[in-house]
Amino acid sequence: MLTKRIIACLDVRDGAVVKGVRFEQLAAAGDPAVLARRYNDEGIDEVLLLDITATLEHRGALLETVRRTAAALFIPFGVGGGVRSLDDAAALFDAGADKVSLNSAALATPELITAIAARYGSQAVVVAIDARKNGVGSRFAVFGRSGTENARRDAVEWAREATDRGAGEILLTSIDRDGSRAGFDCALTAAVATAVSIPVIASGGAGTADHFAEVFTTGRADAALAASIFHFGEIPVAALKRDLAARGLPMREVA
Amino acid sequence: MNVAVIDYGIGNLASVDKALAFVGATPTRATAPAALASADAIVIPGVGHFAATQALNRDWRQPIRQALERRVPMLGICLGMQWLCAGSTEAPDVPGLGVIAGACDRLSGDVKVPHVGWNSLDDIAPESVLLRGLPLHGAAYFTHAYAVPVSGDAVATTTHGRPFASAVERDRVFGVQWHPEKSGQVGLAILTNFVACAAEVTC
Repeated sequence: MLTKRIIACLDVRDGAVVKGVRFEQLAAAGDPAVLARRYNDEGIDEVLLLDITATLEHRGALLETVRRTAAALFIPFGVGGGVRSLDDAAALFDAGADKVSLNSAALATPELITAIAARYGSQAVVVAIDARKNGVGSRFAVFGRSGTENARRDAVEWAREATDRGAGEILLTSIDRDGSRAGFDCALTAAVATAVSIPVIASGGAGTADHFAEVFTTGRADAALAASIFHFGEIPVAALKRDLAARGLPMREVA
Repeated sequence: MNVAVIDYGIGNLASVDKALAFVGATPTRATAPAALASADAIVIPGVGHFAATQALNRDWRQPIRQALERRVPMLGICLGMQWLCAGSTEAPDVPGLGVIAGACDRLSGDVKVPHVGWNSLDDIAPESVLLRGLPLHGAAYFTHAYAVPVSGDAVATTTHGRPFASAVERDRVFGVQWHPEKSGQVGLAILTNFVACAAEVTC
């Protein structure tokens, strides 16, 4: 049976892992290569490295960080942040990334999704959507540029378009919940997950094992991503997966 | 141990190279068919649409056939495995190599397609060279929409909507629908077995 994936996110700035609270107030939390290896040993299903300042600042030594992190990692490894062109994506793949995550660039140039998918396959293209509740009803607005710019798009519509253009997965972050530890936005996740045929990775708000269980059931998520709760060892990956398996959720067992 | 990884212009081969090197092989990027003449083993990678294998038919079919006659071990990964079969309904006009039984068809059922993520390897054949030593129901990382049907060549099955062949084996031709370079210890174990086969240690 296909298992639900638990993904550790490494938010990286200048080669070091940081974790933003609602995209602000950054506090250092370690070396990405060391953290990735630790999570791999603990049974994480996938690692995503997000160069969180890349869209706003210079890219710096990202490729070297990717190379170092990928060196001993034999599970899926995605990289995002500041990917603006096929050449940017190619450099990340050469450095050891298996997937690239597109956010602002996909909003500005949706053709980039198709271009990367045509060369590297849809499985290598993740479209990241940062969304927040629209105030009225159950609609969700998309924001680009690290959550600072209203893209004037509906999250469900954009996810559908990204799928049609060749995206292999959607990484869906609730800006309202990000860093809050108040639980994933299950309404947002379910709205997108039921609208597209490709996997949806829920992100933003992980605080407890209950939150993961909720987003895998009510939220219909195929995978769930977290950062700080893993970095600070508050919820060990192995314990989380055992807990979820005991609730009847399909989890990958690691010997 | 020179393992030729066929580069027919699609996909990202860095992870495959890295995993082969990790298990002690020397991966070489084969960009022209002549490179297969000196290969101890051959990996046929692949992602995307079955039509992409047209490049294999055009430039690589004959040298691969010749390598098979020399009994050079061959491992098809994902789309590379699918190409070992007769063909695929994804691109009916594009023939496969036809050394593994069956033709590929789209996954279906009450499940999301494509099939993306970790799923278990079931019904592992005890005599399999490739899967020797693997735990039953060990998990591997998949990402695909079409699959090879279960046949006598299947040495493992996986179920997503319906059961399909997740690993095949016939003599020294092997195929995995999943990504050994991305499947943790399970993946490294089968690559180790494959390289050992090429060294004539185990088959």
